[in-house]
Amino acid sequence: MSVEIKNLSHTYSEGSPFEFKALKEINLTIEDGSFIGIIGHTGSGKSTLIQHLNGLLTPTSGTVLVDGKDIFETKKAQLIQLRHQIGLVFQYPEHQLFEETVQKDVAFGPRNQGLTEDEIDQRVRQSIKMVGLDFDAIKDKSPFELSGGQMRRVAIAGVLAMEPAVLILDEPTAGLDPRGREEILAQIKSLHSQKQITVILVSHSMEDIGKMVDKILVMNEGEVVFYDTPNRVFTEISTLESIGLAVPEVTYLMRRLKEKYPEIREDIFTVEAAKKEILKVVRG
Amino acid sequence: MLKDVTIGQYYPTGSVIHKLDPRTKILFTTAFVVMLFFLNNLWGYLATFVILATITLLSKIPVGYIIRGIKGLVLIIMLTVVLNLFMTPGTVVATLGPLTVTLEGLKVATYMALRLIFLVVGTSIMTLTTSPIDLTDGMEWCMRYIPFVRRYAHELAMMMSIALRFIPTLMEETERIMKAQKARGANFETGNIISRAKNLIPILIPLFISAFRRADELATAMEARCYRGGENRTRMKQLAFEFRDGASLVLMFVMIVGLYLTTWIQIPLLFPV
Repeated sequence: MSVEIKNLSHTYSEGSPFEFKALKEINLTIEDGSFIGIIGHTGSGKSTLIQHLNGLLTPTSGTVLVDGKDIFETKKAQLIQLRHQIGLVFQYPEHQLFEETVQKDVAFGPRNQGLTEDEIDQRVRQSIKMVGLDFDAIKDKSPFELSGGQMRRVAIAGVLAMEPAVLILDEPTAGLDPRGREEILAQIKSLHSQKQITVILVSHSMEDIGKMVDKILVMNEGEVVFYDTPNRVFTEISTLESIGLAVPEVTYLMRRLKEKYPEIREDIFTVEAAKKEILKVVRG
Repeated sequence: MLKDVTIGQYYPTGSVIHKLDPRTKILFTTAFVVMLFFLNNLWGYLATFVILATITLLSKIPVGYIIRGIKGLVLIIMLTVVLNLFMTPGTVVATLGPLTVTLEGLKVATYMALRLIFLVVGTSIMTLTTSPIDLTDGMEWCMRYIPFVRRYAHELAMMMSIALRFIPTLMEETERIMKAQKARGANFETGNIISRAKNLIPILIPLFISAFRRADELATAMEARCYRGGENRTRMKQLAFEFRDGASLVLMFVMIVGLYLTTWIQIPLLFPV
Protein backbone atom coordinates (compact mmCIF):
# COMPACT_ATOMS: atom_id res chain seq x y z
CA MET A 1 0.00 0.00 0.00
CA SER A 2 1.45 3.36 -0.93
CA VAL A 3 0.63 6.39 1.15
CA GLU A 4 0.80 9.88 -0.23
CA ILE A 5 0.52 12.96 1.96
CA LYS A 6 -0.48 16.12 0.19
CA ASN A 7 -0.23 19.67 1.62
CA LEU A 8 -1.27 18.30 4.97
CA SER A 9 -1.76 20.87 7.75
CA HIS A 10 -3.24 20.38 11.17
CA THR A 11 -4.06 23.02 13.76
CA TYR A 12 -5.19 22.07 17.24
CA SER A 13 -7.89 24.17 19.00
CA GLU A 14 -8.22 26.49 16.06
CA GLY A 15 -9.59 29.90 17.02
CA SER A 16 -8.92 29.61 20.75
CA PRO A 17 -6.00 31.05 22.72
CA PHE A 18 -4.56 27.53 22.84
CA GLU A 19 -4.29 27.34 19.05
CA PHE A 20 -1.30 25.29 17.96
CA LYS A 21 -0.10 24.58 14.44
CA ALA A 22 1.14 21.01 14.70
CA LEU A 23 1.67 20.32 10.99
CA LYS A 24 2.48 22.80 8.25
CA GLU A 25 1.98 21.82 4.62
CA ILE A 26 3.50 18.36 4.71
CA ASN A 27 4.14 16.63 1.39
CA LEU A 28 5.63 13.17 1.10
CA THR A 29 5.19 9.74 -0.40
CA ILE A 30 5.71 6.46 1.38
CA GLU A 31 6.29 3.66 -1.11
CA ASP A 32 4.76 0.23 -0.76
CA GLY A 33 6.93 -2.14 1.25
CA SER A 34 9.35 0.46 2.51
CA PHE A 35 10.61 0.89 6.04
CA ILE A 36 10.45 4.51 7.17
CA GLY A 37 11.73 6.03 10.38
CA ILE A 38 10.22 9.25 11.68
CA ILE A 39 12.34 11.24 14.05
CA GLY A 40 11.97 14.62 15.68
CA HIS A 41 11.95 16.47 18.93
CA THR A 42 8.95 16.33 21.30
CA GLY A 43 6.18 18.42 19.77
CA SER A 44 7.59 18.27 16.25
CA GLY A 45 4.37 16.80 14.90
CA LYS A 46 5.31 13.11 14.55
CA SER A 47 2.34 11.72 16.43
CA THR A 48 -0.06 14.14 14.77
CA LEU A 49 1.22 13.11 11.36
CA ILE A 50 0.77 9.39 11.85
CA GLN A 51 -2.76 9.80 13.20
CA HIS A 52 -3.75 11.25 9.86
CA LEU A 53 -2.61 8.18 7.98
CA ASN A 54 -5.53 6.06 9.18
CA GLY A 55 -8.02 8.87 9.50
CA LEU A 56 -8.05 9.21 13.29
CA LEU A 57 -7.41 12.91 12.91
CA THR A 58 -8.97 15.00 10.18
CA PRO A 59 -6.63 17.52 8.57
CA THR A 60 -7.25 21.25 8.79
CA SER A 61 -6.25 21.36 5.14
CA GLY A 62 -4.67 18.98 2.64
CA THR A 63 -5.24 15.26 2.46
CA VAL A 64 -3.86 11.73 2.53
CA LEU A 65 -4.07 9.37 -0.43
CA VAL A 66 -3.87 5.63 0.20
CA ASP A 67 -3.33 3.71 -3.03
CA GLY A 68 -4.34 6.87 -4.86
CA LYS A 69 -7.65 7.27 -3.01
CA ASP A 70 -8.42 10.26 -0.81
CA ILE A 71 -9.23 8.74 2.59
CA PHE A 72 -11.10 11.80 3.87
CA GLU A 73 -13.57 11.70 1.02
CA THR A 74 -14.73 8.17 1.76
CA LYS A 75 -17.58 7.16 4.00
CA LYS A 76 -17.23 6.35 7.71
CA ALA A 77 -17.59 2.61 7.12
CA GLN A 78 -14.77 2.65 4.59
CA LEU A 79 -12.60 4.56 7.02
CA ILE A 80 -13.13 1.75 9.53
CA GLN A 81 -12.12 -0.71 6.80
CA LEU A 82 -9.02 1.35 6.17
CA ARG A 83 -8.02 1.11 9.82
CA HIS A 84 -7.88 -2.67 9.44
CA GLN A 85 -5.30 -2.21 6.72
CA ILE A 86 -3.25 0.51 8.35
CA GLY A 87 -2.36 -0.72 11.81
CA LEU A 88 -1.36 1.94 14.30
CA VAL A 89 0.39 1.08 17.55
CA PHE A 90 0.19 4.08 19.86
CA GLN A 91 2.74 5.21 22.38
CA TYR A 92 2.52 3.10 25.54
CA PRO A 93 0.06 0.73 23.83
CA GLU A 94 -0.19 -1.37 27.01
CA HIS A 95 -2.57 1.29 28.32
CA GLN A 96 -5.22 0.13 25.87
CA LEU A 97 -5.44 -3.45 27.20
CA PHE A 98 -8.83 -4.21 28.68
CA GLU A 99 -9.84 -7.86 28.34
CA GLU A 100 -9.78 -10.61 30.95
CA THR A 101 -7.25 -12.71 29.09
CA VAL A 102 -4.42 -12.05 26.71
CA GLN A 103 -6.07 -14.20 24.07
CA LYS A 104 -9.32 -12.22 24.17
CA ASP A 105 -7.48 -8.92 24.09
CA VAL A 106 -5.43 -9.78 21.04
CA ALA A 107 -8.62 -11.08 19.40
CA PHE A 108 -10.34 -7.69 19.76
CA GLY A 109 -9.00 -6.34 16.46
CA PRO A 110 -9.66 -9.41 14.29
CA ARG A 111 -13.11 -9.75 15.87
CA ASN A 112 -13.91 -6.19 14.83
CA GLN A 113 -12.89 -7.20 11.32
CA GLY A 114 -15.68 -9.77 11.36
CA LEU A 115 -13.52 -12.86 10.86
CA THR A 116 -14.61 -16.38 11.71
CA GLU A 117 -13.61 -17.90 15.07
CA ASP A 118 -11.08 -20.20 13.37
CA GLU A 119 -9.42 -17.34 11.58
CA ILE A 120 -9.37 -15.25 14.73
CA ASP A 121 -7.79 -18.05 16.72
CA GLN A 122 -5.14 -18.59 14.09
CA ARG A 123 -4.30 -14.91 13.86
CA VAL A 124 -4.06 -14.56 17.64
CA ARG A 125 -1.67 -17.53 17.84
CA GLN A 126 0.44 -16.20 15.01
CA SER A 127 0.71 -12.63 16.25
CA ILE A 128 1.52 -13.63 19.83
CA LYS A 129 4.29 -15.82 18.44
CA MET A 130 5.47 -12.99 16.23
CA VAL A 131 6.12 -10.72 19.20
CA GLY A 132 8.17 -13.44 20.83
CA LEU A 133 5.76 -14.71 23.49
CA ASP A 134 4.74 -18.27 24.26
CA PHE A 135 1.09 -18.55 23.26
CA ASP A 136 0.16 -21.51 25.46
CA ALA A 137 1.84 -20.10 28.53
CA ILE A 138 0.31 -16.67 28.26
CA LYS A 139 -3.08 -16.99 26.56
CA ASP A 140 -5.17 -17.41 29.71
CA LYS A 141 -3.33 -14.88 31.83
CA SER A 142 -4.83 -11.50 32.59
CA PRO A 143 -2.97 -8.84 30.65
CA PHE A 144 -2.66 -6.87 33.89
CA GLU A 145 -0.54 -9.47 35.65
CA LEU A 146 2.17 -9.36 32.99
CA SER A 147 5.40 -7.40 33.19
CA GLY A 148 5.62 -4.04 31.42
CA GLY A 149 7.58 -5.46 28.51
CA GLN A 150 5.18 -8.36 28.07
CA MET A 151 2.17 -6.04 28.17
CA ARG A 152 3.79 -3.96 25.46
CA ARG A 153 4.23 -7.06 23.29
CA VAL A 154 0.67 -8.22 23.84
CA ALA A 155 -0.58 -4.77 22.81
CA ILE A 156 1.56 -4.82 19.68
CA ALA A 157 0.27 -8.34 18.93
CA GLY A 158 -3.24 -6.92 19.18
CA VAL A 159 -2.52 -4.71 16.18
CA LEU A 160 -0.50 -7.32 14.26
CA ALA A 161 -3.43 -9.72 14.54
CA MET A 162 -5.33 -7.51 12.15
CA GLU A 163 -2.65 -8.27 9.54
CA PRO A 164 -2.28 -4.69 8.37
CA ALA A 165 -0.56 -3.87 5.10
CA VAL A 166 0.97 -0.80 6.69
CA LEU A 167 2.19 -0.94 10.26
CA ILE A 168 2.82 2.30 12.12
CA LEU A 169 4.50 2.21 15.53
CA ASP A 170 4.76 5.30 17.73
CA GLU A 171 7.84 4.90 19.93
CA PRO A 172 7.33 1.19 20.54
CA THR A 173 10.43 0.96 22.72
CA ALA A 174 9.79 3.94 25.03
CA GLY A 175 10.36 3.02 28.65
CA LEU A 176 11.73 -0.47 27.97
CA ASP A 177 15.07 -1.78 29.15
CA PRO A 178 17.86 -2.09 26.54
CA ARG A 179 17.24 -5.79 26.02
CA GLY A 180 13.51 -5.39 25.56
CA ARG A 181 14.22 -2.59 23.13
CA GLU A 182 16.62 -4.68 21.05
CA GLU A 183 14.19 -7.58 20.94
CA ILE A 184 11.16 -5.57 19.90
CA LEU A 185 13.11 -3.75 17.20
CA ALA A 186 14.50 -7.04 15.89
CA GLN A 187 10.98 -8.47 15.73
CA ILE A 188 9.73 -5.45 13.83
CA LYS A 189 12.61 -5.76 11.41
CA SER A 190 11.98 -9.43 10.75
CA LEU A 191 8.26 -8.78 10.39
CA HIS A 192 9.04 -6.25 7.71
CA SER A 193 11.31 -8.56 5.77
CA GLN A 194 9.09 -11.65 6.13
CA LYS A 195 5.73 -10.14 5.34
CA GLN A 196 6.85 -7.38 2.98
CA ILE A 197 4.61 -4.89 4.73
CA THR A 198 5.24 -1.17 4.90
CA VAL A 199 6.53 -0.16 8.33
CA ILE A 200 6.62 3.36 9.74
CA LEU A 201 8.55 3.65 12.97
CA VAL A 202 8.46 6.78 15.11
CA SER A 203 11.41 7.10 17.43
CA HIS A 204 13.51 9.47 19.48
CA SER A 205 16.63 7.47 18.99
CA MET A 206 18.77 7.79 15.88
CA GLU A 207 20.69 4.74 17.01
CA ASP A 208 17.57 2.60 16.95
CA ILE A 209 16.25 3.56 13.58
CA GLY A 210 19.46 4.39 11.72
CA LYS A 211 20.42 0.80 11.25
CA MET A 212 17.09 -0.60 10.16
CA VAL A 213 15.16 1.85 7.99
CA ASP A 214 15.30 2.64 4.27
CA LYS A 215 14.50 6.29 4.74
CA ILE A 216 14.42 8.72 7.63
CA LEU A 217 11.88 11.50 7.91
CA VAL A 218 13.20 14.25 10.15
CA MET A 219 10.57 16.63 11.48
CA ASN A 220 10.85 19.93 13.28
CA GLU A 221 8.06 22.28 14.36
CA GLY A 222 5.53 20.67 12.05
CA GLU A 223 7.71 20.69 8.98
CA VAL A 224 9.75 18.10 7.10
CA VAL A 225 13.45 18.87 7.44
CA PHE A 226 14.84 15.81 5.68
CA TYR A 227 13.30 12.79 4.01
CA ASP A 228 16.16 10.71 2.76
CA THR A 229 18.31 7.62 3.31
CA PRO A 230 20.12 7.39 6.67
CA ASN A 231 23.51 7.85 4.96
CA ARG A 232 22.55 11.22 3.62
CA VAL A 233 20.58 12.39 6.67
CA PHE A 234 23.41 11.59 9.06
CA THR A 235 25.88 13.75 7.18
CA GLU A 236 23.80 16.82 8.07
CA ILE A 237 25.08 16.85 11.62
CA SER A 238 24.93 20.60 12.18
CA THR A 239 21.32 20.93 11.00
CA LEU A 240 20.29 17.93 13.09
CA GLU A 241 21.96 19.36 16.16
CA SER A 242 20.36 22.74 15.64
CA ILE A 243 16.92 21.12 15.92
CA GLY A 244 17.85 19.21 19.05
CA LEU A 245 18.70 15.86 17.48
CA ALA A 246 21.95 13.96 17.32
CA VAL A 247 23.49 11.37 15.06
CA PRO A 248 24.48 7.97 16.46
CA GLU A 249 27.48 8.01 18.81
CA VAL A 250 29.51 5.93 16.40
CA THR A 251 29.11 8.57 13.69
CA TYR A 252 30.64 11.12 16.04
CA LEU A 253 33.51 8.69 16.60
CA MET A 254 34.10 8.34 12.86
CA ARG A 255 34.13 12.08 12.54
CA ARG A 256 36.84 12.39 15.17
CA LEU A 257 38.82 9.62 13.52
CA LYS A 258 38.67 11.45 10.23
CA GLU A 259 40.71 14.25 11.77
CA LYS A 260 43.53 11.76 12.11
CA TYR A 261 42.81 9.51 9.14
CA PRO A 262 41.42 11.70 6.34
CA GLU A 263 40.70 8.67 4.17
CA ILE A 264 38.15 7.17 6.59
CA ARG A 265 34.44 7.32 5.70
CA GLU A 266 32.12 9.43 7.85
CA ASP A 267 28.71 8.21 6.72
CA ILE A 268 28.64 5.30 9.11
CA PHE A 269 26.05 4.76 11.78
CA THR A 270 26.34 1.17 12.97
CA VAL A 271 29.05 -0.33 15.10
CA GLU A 272 29.37 -3.20 12.62
CA ALA A 273 30.07 -0.90 9.68
CA ALA A 274 32.42 1.20 11.79
CA LYS A 275 34.42 -1.87 12.73
CA LYS A 276 34.83 -2.87 9.11
CA GLU A 277 35.81 0.62 8.04
CA ILE A 278 38.32 1.08 10.85
CA LEU A 279 39.91 -2.30 10.14
CA LYS A 280 40.07 -1.46 6.47
CA VAL A 281 41.85 1.81 7.15
CA VAL A 282 44.15 0.47 9.85
CA ARG A 283 45.18 -2.54 7.80
CA GLY A 284 45.59 -0.27 4.82
CA MET B 1 -17.41 16.13 21.14
CA LEU B 2 -15.35 16.54 24.30
CA LYS B 3 -14.03 19.84 23.07
CA ASP B 4 -17.44 21.50 23.43
CA VAL B 5 -17.39 21.36 27.20
CA THR B 6 -16.58 24.90 28.30
CA ILE B 7 -17.92 24.72 31.86
CA GLY B 8 -15.08 24.93 34.33
CA GLN B 9 -12.59 25.93 31.68
CA TYR B 10 -10.13 28.75 32.14
CA TYR B 11 -9.68 31.27 29.34
CA PRO B 12 -6.72 33.56 30.05
CA THR B 13 -6.81 37.07 28.58
CA GLY B 14 -5.23 39.06 31.42
CA SER B 15 -8.21 41.42 31.70
CA VAL B 16 -9.30 43.42 34.75
CA ILE B 17 -11.84 40.75 35.59
CA HIS B 18 -9.11 38.10 35.49
CA LYS B 19 -6.98 40.11 37.90
CA LEU B 20 -9.70 40.42 40.53
CA ASP B 21 -9.27 38.44 43.71
CA PRO B 22 -11.09 35.10 43.39
CA ARG B 23 -12.96 35.83 46.63
CA THR B 24 -14.44 38.96 45.11
CA LYS B 25 -15.65 36.97 42.14
CA ILE B 26 -17.03 34.13 44.25
CA LEU B 27 -18.92 36.56 46.47
CA PHE B 28 -20.38 38.42 43.54
CA THR B 29 -21.35 35.26 41.68
CA THR B 30 -23.09 33.88 44.76
CA ALA B 31 -24.99 37.11 45.37
CA PHE B 32 -25.81 37.30 41.68
CA VAL B 33 -27.20 33.76 41.53
CA VAL B 34 -29.36 34.32 44.61
CA MET B 35 -30.58 37.62 43.19
CA LEU B 36 -31.56 35.95 39.92
CA PHE B 37 -34.28 34.05 41.74
CA PHE B 38 -35.78 37.21 43.22
CA LEU B 39 -36.28 38.95 39.91
CA ASN B 40 -39.96 39.14 39.04
CA ASN B 41 -40.20 41.33 35.96
CA LEU B 42 -38.42 41.90 32.68
CA TRP B 43 -36.78 45.12 33.89
CA GLY B 44 -34.70 43.02 36.23
CA TYR B 45 -33.67 40.66 33.45
CA LEU B 46 -32.85 43.58 31.23
CA ALA B 47 -30.62 45.00 33.98
CA THR B 48 -29.00 41.58 34.45
CA PHE B 49 -28.32 41.39 30.74
CA VAL B 50 -26.65 44.79 30.78
CA ILE B 51 -24.51 43.84 33.78
CA LEU B 52 -23.44 40.50 32.25
CA ALA B 53 -22.74 42.12 28.88
CA THR B 54 -20.53 44.74 30.53
CA ILE B 55 -18.60 42.14 32.51
CA THR B 56 -18.17 39.98 29.40
CA LEU B 57 -16.79 42.93 27.46
CA LEU B 58 -14.43 43.81 30.30
CA SER B 59 -13.22 40.20 30.52
CA LYS B 60 -12.26 40.20 26.80
CA ILE B 61 -13.57 36.66 26.41
CA PRO B 62 -15.10 36.13 22.93
CA VAL B 63 -18.89 36.13 23.19
CA GLY B 64 -19.04 33.04 20.97
CA TYR B 65 -17.04 31.14 23.53
CA ILE B 66 -19.54 31.90 26.27
CA ILE B 67 -22.49 31.08 24.05
CA ARG B 68 -20.96 27.71 23.29
CA GLY B 69 -21.32 26.96 27.01
CA ILE B 70 -25.08 27.49 26.78
CA LYS B 71 -25.38 25.13 23.81
CA GLY B 72 -24.95 22.13 26.06
CA LEU B 73 -27.96 23.24 28.08
CA VAL B 74 -30.29 23.88 25.18
CA LEU B 75 -32.18 20.66 25.88
CA ILE B 76 -32.81 21.47 29.54
CA ILE B 77 -33.86 25.02 28.71
CA MET B 78 -36.21 23.82 25.98
CA LEU B 79 -37.78 21.28 28.31
CA THR B 80 -38.34 23.93 30.99
CA VAL B 81 -39.84 26.30 28.47
CA VAL B 82 -42.20 23.72 26.98
CA LEU B 83 -43.38 22.43 30.35
CA ASN B 84 -44.01 25.89 31.74
CA LEU B 85 -45.62 27.11 28.55
CA PHE B 86 -48.32 24.46 28.44
CA MET B 87 -48.73 23.51 32.08
CA THR B 88 -49.37 26.87 33.73
CA PRO B 89 -53.06 27.62 34.33
CA GLY B 90 -54.40 31.14 33.64
CA THR B 91 -55.69 33.33 30.83
CA VAL B 92 -55.66 31.36 27.61
CA VAL B 93 -54.04 33.17 24.68
CA ALA B 94 -53.73 30.31 22.18
CA THR B 95 -54.75 26.68 21.80
CA LEU B 96 -52.87 23.96 19.98
CA GLY B 97 -55.11 20.91 19.90
CA PRO B 98 -55.32 19.63 23.48
CA LEU B 99 -52.58 22.06 24.59
CA THR B 100 -53.26 25.58 25.71
CA VAL B 101 -50.84 28.44 26.06
CA THR B 102 -51.62 30.89 28.83
CA LEU B 103 -50.32 34.36 29.38
CA GLU B 104 -48.97 33.26 32.75
CA GLY B 105 -47.32 30.28 31.09
CA LEU B 106 -45.66 32.54 28.56
CA LYS B 107 -44.39 34.73 31.35
CA VAL B 108 -43.07 31.92 33.56
CA ALA B 109 -41.46 30.18 30.58
CA THR B 110 -39.65 33.35 29.53
CA TYR B 111 -38.45 34.05 33.05
CA MET B 112 -37.25 30.51 33.58
CA ALA B 113 -35.37 30.43 30.30
CA LEU B 114 -33.69 33.77 31.00
CA ARG B 115 -32.89 32.72 34.55
CA LEU B 116 -31.19 29.51 33.39
CA ILE B 117 -29.23 31.24 30.65
CA PHE B 118 -28.03 34.02 32.95
CA LEU B 119 -27.18 31.49 35.63
CA VAL B 120 -24.93 29.55 33.27
CA VAL B 121 -23.40 32.64 31.71
CA GLY B 122 -22.75 34.26 35.09
CA THR B 123 -21.08 31.24 36.62
CA SER B 124 -19.11 30.40 33.50
CA ILE B 125 -17.69 33.92 33.40
CA MET B 126 -16.37 33.25 36.88
CA THR B 127 -14.69 29.98 35.90
CA LEU B 128 -13.49 31.34 32.56
CA THR B 129 -11.75 34.27 34.23
CA THR B 130 -10.34 32.48 37.28
CA SER B 131 -7.62 29.86 37.12
CA PRO B 132 -8.59 26.63 38.90
CA ILE B 133 -5.93 27.17 41.54
CA ASP B 134 -7.14 30.68 42.36
CA LEU B 135 -10.69 29.42 42.38
CA THR B 136 -10.06 26.70 44.93
CA ASP B 137 -7.95 29.04 47.06
CA GLY B 138 -10.85 31.45 47.08
CA MET B 139 -13.32 28.67 47.89
CA GLU B 140 -11.16 27.47 50.73
CA TRP B 141 -11.15 30.94 52.22
CA CYS B 142 -14.92 31.24 51.82
CA MET B 143 -15.54 27.81 53.34
CA ARG B 144 -13.70 28.83 56.47
CA TYR B 145 -16.67 31.06 57.29
CA ILE B 146 -19.30 28.36 56.89
CA PRO B 147 -20.03 26.47 60.13
CA PHE B 148 -19.54 22.65 60.02
CA VAL B 149 -17.72 22.90 56.69
CA ARG B 150 -14.96 24.95 58.29
CA ARG B 151 -13.09 21.94 59.69
CA TYR B 152 -12.79 20.33 56.28
CA ALA B 153 -12.17 23.50 54.30
CA HIS B 154 -8.64 22.58 53.31
CA GLU B 155 -9.39 18.95 52.50
CA LEU B 156 -12.39 19.89 50.40
CA ALA B 157 -10.43 22.54 48.56
CA MET B 158 -7.57 20.13 47.92
CA MET B 159 -9.99 17.51 46.61
CA MET B 160 -11.58 20.07 44.37
CA SER B 161 -8.31 21.34 42.98
CA ILE B 162 -7.15 17.79 42.28
CA ALA B 163 -10.44 17.02 40.56
CA LEU B 164 -10.22 20.18 38.46
CA ARG B 165 -6.60 19.49 37.66
CA PHE B 166 -7.40 16.01 36.37
CA ILE B 167 -10.44 16.80 34.24
CA PRO B 168 -8.37 17.76 31.18
CA THR B 169 -5.90 14.94 31.82
CA LEU B 170 -8.62 12.33 31.95
CA MET B 171 -10.31 13.80 28.91
CA GLU B 172 -7.07 13.58 27.00
CA GLU B 173 -6.62 10.03 28.22
CA THR B 174 -10.15 9.12 27.12
CA GLU B 175 -9.47 10.49 23.68
CA ARG B 176 -6.18 8.63 23.45
CA ILE B 177 -7.70 5.31 24.48
CA MET B 178 -10.61 5.86 22.15
CA LYS B 179 -8.22 6.44 19.28
CA ALA B 180 -6.16 3.40 20.20
CA GLN B 181 -9.28 1.21 20.16
CA LYS B 182 -10.49 2.81 16.96
CA ALA B 183 -7.14 1.93 15.44
CA ARG B 184 -8.00 -1.66 16.34
CA GLY B 185 -11.20 -1.37 14.38
CA ALA B 186 -13.58 -0.48 17.22
CA ASN B 187 -16.68 1.36 16.10
CA PHE B 188 -18.21 3.90 18.44
CA GLU B 189 -20.34 5.73 15.95
CA THR B 190 -22.98 3.28 14.85
CA GLY B 191 -25.19 0.57 16.38
CA ASN B 192 -28.06 0.57 18.85
CA ILE B 193 -27.89 1.66 22.48
CA ILE B 194 -26.94 -1.76 23.85
CA SER B 195 -24.11 -2.35 21.40
CA ARG B 196 -22.91 1.20 21.95
CA ALA B 197 -22.87 0.69 25.69
CA LYS B 198 -20.95 -2.54 25.19
CA ASN B 199 -18.50 -0.71 22.99
CA LEU B 200 -17.64 1.54 25.91
CA ILE B 201 -16.02 -1.30 27.85
CA PRO B 202 -12.75 -1.12 25.89
CA ILE B 203 -12.57 2.55 26.85
CA LEU B 204 -13.80 2.47 30.43
CA ILE B 205 -11.59 -0.33 31.72
CA PRO B 206 -8.28 1.19 30.60
CA LEU B 207 -9.52 4.60 31.75
CA PHE B 208 -10.32 3.35 35.25
CA ILE B 209 -7.03 1.55 35.50
CA SER B 210 -5.13 4.63 34.49
CA ALA B 211 -7.16 6.87 36.83
CA PHE B 212 -6.37 4.61 39.78
CA ARG B 213 -2.74 4.45 38.79
CA ARG B 214 -2.58 8.22 38.59
CA ALA B 215 -4.31 8.63 41.95
CA ASP B 216 -1.88 6.21 43.51
CA GLU B 217 1.14 7.94 42.03
CA LEU B 218 -0.16 11.36 43.06
CA ALA B 219 -0.73 10.22 46.63
CA THR B 220 2.80 8.83 46.80
CA ALA B 221 4.26 11.99 45.31
CA MET B 222 2.35 14.15 47.80
CA GLU B 223 3.44 12.04 50.75
CA ALA B 224 7.01 12.05 49.51
CA ARG B 225 6.85 15.82 49.82
CA CYS B 226 5.46 15.55 53.35
CA TYR B 227 1.91 16.65 52.62
CA ARG B 228 -0.17 16.25 55.79
CA GLY B 229 -3.23 18.35 55.21
CA GLY B 230 -4.08 21.93 55.95
CA GLU B 231 -2.65 22.50 59.40
CA ASN B 232 0.22 25.00 59.51
CA ARG B 233 0.46 24.89 55.76
CA THR B 234 1.64 28.13 54.16
CA ARG B 235 1.15 29.14 50.56
CA MET B 236 3.46 30.33 47.92
CA LYS B 237 0.84 32.67 46.50
CA GLN B 238 -1.09 34.58 49.13
CA LEU B 239 -4.46 35.91 48.15
CA ALA B 240 -4.28 39.68 48.30
CA PHE B 241 -7.21 42.02 48.48
CA GLU B 242 -6.34 45.11 46.47
CA PHE B 243 -7.87 48.46 45.76
CA ARG B 244 -9.62 47.19 42.64
CA ASP B 245 -11.29 44.48 44.73
CA GLY B 246 -12.60 47.02 47.19
CA ALA B 247 -13.82 49.19 44.36
CA SER B 248 -15.51 46.31 42.60
CA LEU B 249 -17.13 45.14 45.83
CA VAL B 250 -18.74 48.56 46.17
CA LEU B 251 -19.85 48.39 42.54
CA MET B 252 -21.22 44.91 43.09
CA PHE B 253 -23.16 46.00 46.10
CA VAL B 254 -24.68 48.79 44.03
CA MET B 255 -25.53 46.37 41.23
CA ILE B 256 -27.14 43.79 43.52
CA VAL B 257 -29.17 46.48 45.30
CA GLY B 258 -30.09 47.87 41.89
CA LEU B 259 -31.28 44.45 40.78
CA TYR B 260 -33.31 44.11 43.93
CA LEU B 261 -34.87 47.53 43.38
CA THR B 262 -36.12 46.44 39.94
CA THR B 263 -38.52 44.06 41.67
CA TRP B 264 -40.44 47.12 42.90
CA ILE B 265 -40.95 48.63 39.45
CA GLN B 266 -44.66 48.68 38.67
CA ILE B 267 -44.47 49.74 35.01
CA PRO B 268 -45.13 46.64 32.87
CA LEU B 269 -42.57 45.63 30.25
CA LEU B 270 -44.07 43.14 27.74
CA PHE B 271 -45.92 41.24 30.49
CA PRO B 272 -48.42 42.73 32.97
CA VAL B 273 -47.08 42.91 36.50
